Amino acid sequence: MPDFINLARISKHFGGVTALADVDLTISAGEVHCLAGENGSGKSTLIKIISGVQPPDSGGEIVIDGQRYTHLTPAESTRIGVQVIYQDLSLFPDLTVAENIAFAQHLRGLRGAGKQRLRAKAEAVIARLGVSLDLDALVGELSIAQRQLVAICRALAAEARLVIMDEPTASLTRTEVDTLLDITRELKRRGIAVVFVSHRLDEVMEIAERVTVLRDGRKLGTWDAKDMTPRRLGTLMTGHEFDYKVVVPDLSAAPVMLSVRGLSRRGDFEDINFDIRQGEILGVIGLLGSGRTELALSLFGMRPPDRGQIRLDGAPVSLTSNRAAIDHGIAYVSEDRLSLGLVLEQPIASNIVLSTLDKLTGAAGLLSGDRTRSAVWQGIEQLGIKVSDPENPVRTLSGGNQQRVVIAKWLATQPRVLILDSPTVGVDINAKDGIYAIVKRLAAEGMAVMMISDEIPEVLYHAHRILVMQGGRVKGEFHPAQLSETSLREAIDA
Amino acid sequence: MPDLSKRLLHSHEGKLLLVVLALVIFLSLATKSFLSLQNMIDLLTSYSFSGMLAAGLLVVLISGGIDISFTASASVAQYVAMTIANQYHIGWIEVILICAVVGIACGLINAVLIGTLGLSSIIVTIATLNVFFGLLMFVTHGNEIFALPDWFVNGANWVVYTDKQGNPYIFNLQMIGLIAAFVLTALLLTRTNIGRQIYALGSNKDAAQRVGIKVFRLNLLVYGYMGFVAGMASLVQAQDAQSVSPNALVGRELDVLAAVVLGGASLTGGVGTVFGTILGVMLLAFLQNGLLLLGVQSYWSECFTGAVILIAVSALALERQRQRAGVRRVMA
Repeated sequence: MPDFINLARISKHFGGVTALADVDLTISAGEVHCLAGENGSGKSTLIKIISGVQPPDSGGEIVIDGQRYTHLTPAESTRIGVQVIYQDLSLFPDLTVAENIAFAQHLRGLRGAGKQRLRAKAEAVIARLGVSLDLDALVGELSIAQRQLVAICRALAAEARLVIMDEPTASLTRTEVDTLLDITRELKRRGIAVVFVSHRLDEVMEIAERVTVLRDGRKLGTWDAKDMTPRRLGTLMTGHEFDYKVVVPDLSAAPVMLSVRGLSRRGDFEDINFDIRQGEILGVIGLLGSGRTELALSLFGMRPPDRGQIRLDGAPVSLTSNRAAIDHGIAYVSEDRLSLGLVLEQPIASNIVLSTLDKLTGAAGLLSGDRTRSAVWQGIEQLGIKVSDPENPVRTLSGGNQQRVVIAKWLATQPRVLILDSPTVGVDINAKDGIYAIVKRLAAEGMAVMMISDEIPEVLYHAHRILVMQGGRVKGEFHPAQLSETSLREAIDA
Repeated sequence: MPDLSKRLLHSHEGKLLLVVLALVIFLSLATKSFLSLQNMIDLLTSYSFSGMLAAGLLVVLISGGIDISFTASASVAQYVAMTIANQYHIGWIEVILICAVVGIACGLINAVLIGTLGLSSIIVTIATLNVFFGLLMFVTHGNEIFALPDWFVNGANWVVYTDKQGNPYIFNLQMIGLIAAFVLTALLLTRTNIGRQIYALGSNKDAAQRVGIKVFRLNLLVYGYMGFVAGMASLVQAQDAQSVSPNALVGRELDVLAAVVLGGASLTGGVGTVFGTILGVMLLAFLQNGLLLLGVQSYWSECFTGAVILIAVSALALERQRQRAGVRRVMA
């Protein structure tokens, strides 16, 4: 296949920081190409150079259709046929599907393009993709998957020859991902190249032909996708070998810390039974809507159960508020750390002590500066959070370090039971490894841990026992040593 | 057609229309003079100023911004225009031009400050309201202009119809201004590419930038248009009041804002229609007029108006929450 775009010797420096160093990249017409790398590997910068948002340092060149450029402007890039679909999709929620798809018609001239022409244009594009969308629906009323289709249609309407999708599968269900893959094949059939950008080793790999891996701003190489395994890709992206093995300590002598019997909550989950021993990590896995997060919220007192019993250290407890749960030594690290777990604009220090303010007061009920500082440093050291200054806002930290701050905040309450809901979502592989190490250490020190996850390897290699949930019920209990990734996947999807 | 009427009924505008109709029926039955032609003409005339400004403000709100300073821009525009008109031999075309230029200049100052400083529009326009108004008061010492040129005072009104008792019914400059403002705004918003770009900008600013909309230039246009409308409204108001007072207009900006928000425009941008805004202005006008005709004390009338705004805006917020919840269900 002919080359669509050829990048040679592309570098980019921001001040003293090297974002990209001497990267070559070729994308053929009609190719599906995966661009993989951790956060900070330079993949976003590379996309910005292709889409003309940022110019590369001098010395590199970009060749498209035999034409040489030292850099592209956004207008040139669009004219050549480069379309980027950002993770936020960049749509207009208050405009209709047709207006979003054919918005380029509204950019030139004063007179409106006319509703009929606009609809005709949008309709033609939708038909070309073979999808169904209501032209007059407001985009704000569509599901995420439908919005993504609108974004793809818009790229097609702009005569795209290269569509770059940034983390396209991050918020899709498996069926929706399959639809996306079908559409990608359709784009490919029409000679349109597709670049998937990802820091996950995910489904798009199934249809990618080649994979280019970036690390620390350098290109490690381009490989045939069929020669690539998730493990090898992980090693390439991080530079470390992550070879986890199933390790299950013998906990039969340890006392039961949390015991749940016949727990039910109408519409959320039914008849849940399990124990967690001191020092044990219980993995809970299930699809979205399986009731796993609802169960965690009930244990944390935020959605009191209708029936059933919760015992802590053998004594029955009634958890009707999160305050009661905290007082009983239960901590809950929520799934959505950005909106529920952290106050992003506030300093790291304030976030860490947020859950224990009442224990840090001195005379007259005012916060004691000394006690606060020592609590903050204790948290930072205990979890190895990389901070230059605890007074910087949490926003300035990486995803992995933000998650450590959330965990530090909850450890400050000195919990006996720690519930982690999807603790490594949006965190890159290196940082994941750090979080697993922390969880294992906490368990070894005697905490009972419940770890909820979507990711099979996460529970398989880091939990001591696994509950599979489906439709609000526990479908099975498994011991990692008796399982493979495939058999666990079958149990979840069945 | 049943589809269209169903859509209208489910839209905010449809519900607002029902409320306005109910109010009209109630006031027609409860008072003798509400539904008279003369009362309607008086209402059109006296609410022309607020109505025109509402049309301009609608455009700003849809673009995702807000403007508080337009009453001050209007005060400056009419004072400058009338001062010049009193000293030189100029006519309608010149005063219209002067008001337009002054109004647009004030609007462009807002747009430039918002665009270059990256400040929120509410802060910038609260500040410019005070700056424009303060400068005007300083320069004029608060003196009113009572004597306006004869051609201006006699103005533009045409007797359309005289009834049996010899009462004239007139069509005047105020009505022309009001109709022109709504028609022009409707054309801008629904018939031009600029209109679509304004909705797009208010709907998602980042996406607007990425799709190639020149946000700074569009903001110049939006705030410039607001200023232009303020200039025109000030002229219409001065003609109606037959005098110019530097502090007669400032303080009415929140009424205008309330009317536009009542009409369904969202303070976060992207949403709003001219039809809704007309209904919002009508609702406030009928309410205030009706309470007056019913003989309610003016303090109570203000309190009551405020309560109606609160109820209407809460209903609107609830409606949007339900819609969003619906979307979440679809997504889950």
